[in-house]
Amino acid sequence: MAEATDKLLSRRDVQFCLHDWLNIGETTDAETVDAIIDLSARLAEEHFLSHYKASDTHEPSLDADGVHILPQIGEALGHYADAGLFAAGFAEELGGFDLPFLACAASFAHFAAANVATAAYPMLTAANARLIAAFGSPAQVEAFARPQIAGEWFGTMCLSEPQAGSSLAEIRTRAQPDGEDELGQRYRLQGNKMWISGGDQDVSGNIVHLVLAKVPGIDGKLPDGTAGLSLFIAPKILPDGARNDVSVAGLNHKMGYRGTANCLLNFGENNGAIGWLVGQPGEGLRQMFMMMNEARISVGLGAAALGYRSYLLSLQYAQERLQGRPMGVRDGEPVAIIHHPDVRRMLLSQKAYAEGSLALCLYCAKLVDAHGDPDSTALLDLLTPIAKTWPSEYGLAANDIAIQIHGGYGYTREFHVEQLWRDNRLNPIHEGTTGIQAMDLLGRKILRDGSALPLLKAKLEAAAKRAESIEELRGLAPSMLQAWSAIEACLQQLSDRPAERAFDNATPFLWAFGHVVLGWIWLEQAVTAARLDRSAETQAHFAEGKIRACRHFFDSELPKVAAWLCAVEAGSDTAATAPIETF
Amino acid sequence: MKILVPVKRVIDYNLKPRIKADGSGVDLANIKMSMNPFDEIALEEAVRIKEAGKAEEVVAVSIGPAKAGSDTLKSARAIGADRAIHVETDEEVEPLAVAKILKAIVDEEQPQLVIMGKQAIDDDNNQTGQMLAALLGRPQGTFASKVEIDGDHVAVTREVDGGLETVRLALPAVVTTDLRLNEPRFPALPNIIKAAKKPMSTKSPADYGVDTAPRLKTLKVAEPPVRQAGEIVPDVDTLVAKLKAMGAV
Repeated sequence: MAEATDKLLSRRDVQFCLHDWLNIGETTDAETVDAIIDLSARLAEEHFLSHYKASDTHEPSLDADGVHILPQIGEALGHYADAGLFAAGFAEELGGFDLPFLACAASFAHFAAANVATAAYPMLTAANARLIAAFGSPAQVEAFARPQIAGEWFGTMCLSEPQAGSSLAEIRTRAQPDGEDELGQRYRLQGNKMWISGGDQDVSGNIVHLVLAKVPGIDGKLPDGTAGLSLFIAPKILPDGARNDVSVAGLNHKMGYRGTANCLLNFGENNGAIGWLVGQPGEGLRQMFMMMNEARISVGLGAAALGYRSYLLSLQYAQERLQGRPMGVRDGEPVAIIHHPDVRRMLLSQKAYAEGSLALCLYCAKLVDAHGDPDSTALLDLLTPIAKTWPSEYGLAANDIAIQIHGGYGYTREFHVEQLWRDNRLNPIHEGTTGIQAMDLLGRKILRDGSALPLLKAKLEAAAKRAESIEELRGLAPSMLQAWSAIEACLQQLSDRPAERAFDNATPFLWAFGHVVLGWIWLEQAVTAARLDRSAETQAHFAEGKIRACRHFFDSELPKVAAWLCAVEAGSDTAATAPIETF
Repeated sequence: MKILVPVKRVIDYNLKPRIKADGSGVDLANIKMSMNPFDEIALEEAVRIKEAGKAEEVVAVSIGPAKAGSDTLKSARAIGADRAIHVETDEEVEPLAVAKILKAIVDEEQPQLVIMGKQAIDDDNNQTGQMLAALLGRPQGTFASKVEIDGDHVAVTREVDGGLETVRLALPAVVTTDLRLNEPRFPALPNIIKAAKKPMSTKSPADYGVDTAPRLKTLKVAEPPVRQAGEIVPDVDTLVAKLKAMGAV
């Protein structure tokens, strides 16, 4: 079981995933990875967790000087930079440490668990610097990526606009050519960017905005669709020290993630904000998509981490809170609520959701590292919508149960579990909503080109074979394979259906597909756990915990697959065709 | 000046030790193990002395299983030790044998200063530093809360029962650290990665001609008794009566 000192994630579980299951030692020195994980856990606990409540109650504020955030956030990120963690995943020639994404992900999960709002700044900064490093010119990399890799400047992603959220084709930010200099093709940007996390703050030396905008045609009109989107680097402070024409029009007041200043930014209220083109015109969306898998896995990972901490908090609370007596006992001392069957059921569901989510995201992180192998890339593309959505939905479910286990106390702001729930509620929304992910899975990843499905099927079958050879896991694999067959049968029916009706029930399909994937992830973990050396008592308990969580998932969750597929298979259009007047 | 810092791999100080069911010891399987916190403080102090330009080299040494070399000594190099000596053994090594091995290493390395934790948090012996100083015939400053190098002397402020006592030792000397000496740093990522490239030599107790056979036998390891619930009594008379009944007065 988790140690009482595991406040963020279970150390044993992280080690289990990295070493026992995913064999990180094959590619990276195992002791170095452990040292980085221990460093991350310590830093996250001492400097991120410590202002978790404060960053929620002291929201960012805006005055004439710009946005002010809680000073502890800046201090925490200073420690993060001093520890070299901004640079962890970058190449050595960029001042980085060349760590695999798997190690970076495992490290980052601790910071997200401790304080996801503070952790959002380095997450965005790394994503920004990675884009510039991949597509920018050497001069742009030097000027804008390096200071972010060093943790001196932070970065943002300016995609959405008030009228363009999930649909980036509606973007109206205009980029007018403005000559050329040593940093590349210069443009003047004009437009409004909405939901910009870290859009302004007072803790980093500069802010590098990456802005999606359209270059007008000769007729002065912006091109339609997403093909005309280009990516620009627009720093808050220009290389000559002058302020760029970027202003904060307002702060968004969110239910969670409050430490992350979320802004409406106006570019070009005066002469136009200076922005340098990254790569070629019209490549903006393609460039963004290249980074999409990692960004979406990071969102899933954050969601997993939030669910995970709420599980550890409820586990601890359930052992301390004395309430009621065992069934049939009327007198005597009250017992800790963990002795009540329904509380154990809730805890085991949380464990299955939280540990399953973390395992899935780490598995996908390993696939990111295997980018030279086409099969791994194809499998990653298929699994990414699940890695983004499942932890977002079920990490949140674990947060919800945490409030329930805490009872009335969980509903108060004195405890962390309500805030963890509010923080996590963002994750099914941003970086592609659950509905968008469902369409991505069913459309782009399956119906358009389903070549990755056999790869996944082979993984399921291999895990099933291993599981069937282990006495205590026997009987689990067939139900997973049966659920997979149901998915296949359903896809057969969908492919016969007119294209405009194929997406009517894409989201229930995503849920079903996600649960089968998680069944497989749990079986993988159970097989690994069953093979651990269990001579020591703590190891035996750990392994049994994994196997029980797997069994619980198969008993109580996997049967839901059939229910979700019902509507998909029947081709129910009851909702899709419902006249608006009937709502 | 060269500084030698012995560091021990022990159960992490945050963890609650679990006793093995057969009472033969503490269950350490897959448990987080860390550098003994007192030793971490000793290492931090050595690195600070080096950073202040008063020492040229910090050498960390650990006696223990393979992991003491791969984990504990790597983390010692990440914190700032320049190189490491791992004396590998899977046997339990008692303080006297540790002191003898360390003496042999000191004879070989000739450090001006040995700084080590006053005790290890697993067995709480508080013996090795004193034994080492005696074997070497060198001065010792134990329970240090302040260490100042002053030419060929070191001034050590000691935490003693009555308060603080400062002793001035001629170098070479042995210093053992108390908790308030300093606050150890986090080893940063670049240093963690560089640590793997810093040299480490691996030895065995036999290389130093030391017999590590235990002189003590562990009979049984048990949890401390569970604390009984208290009781609120209405007045002093009842209290005295209860205490008398318990035979406490």
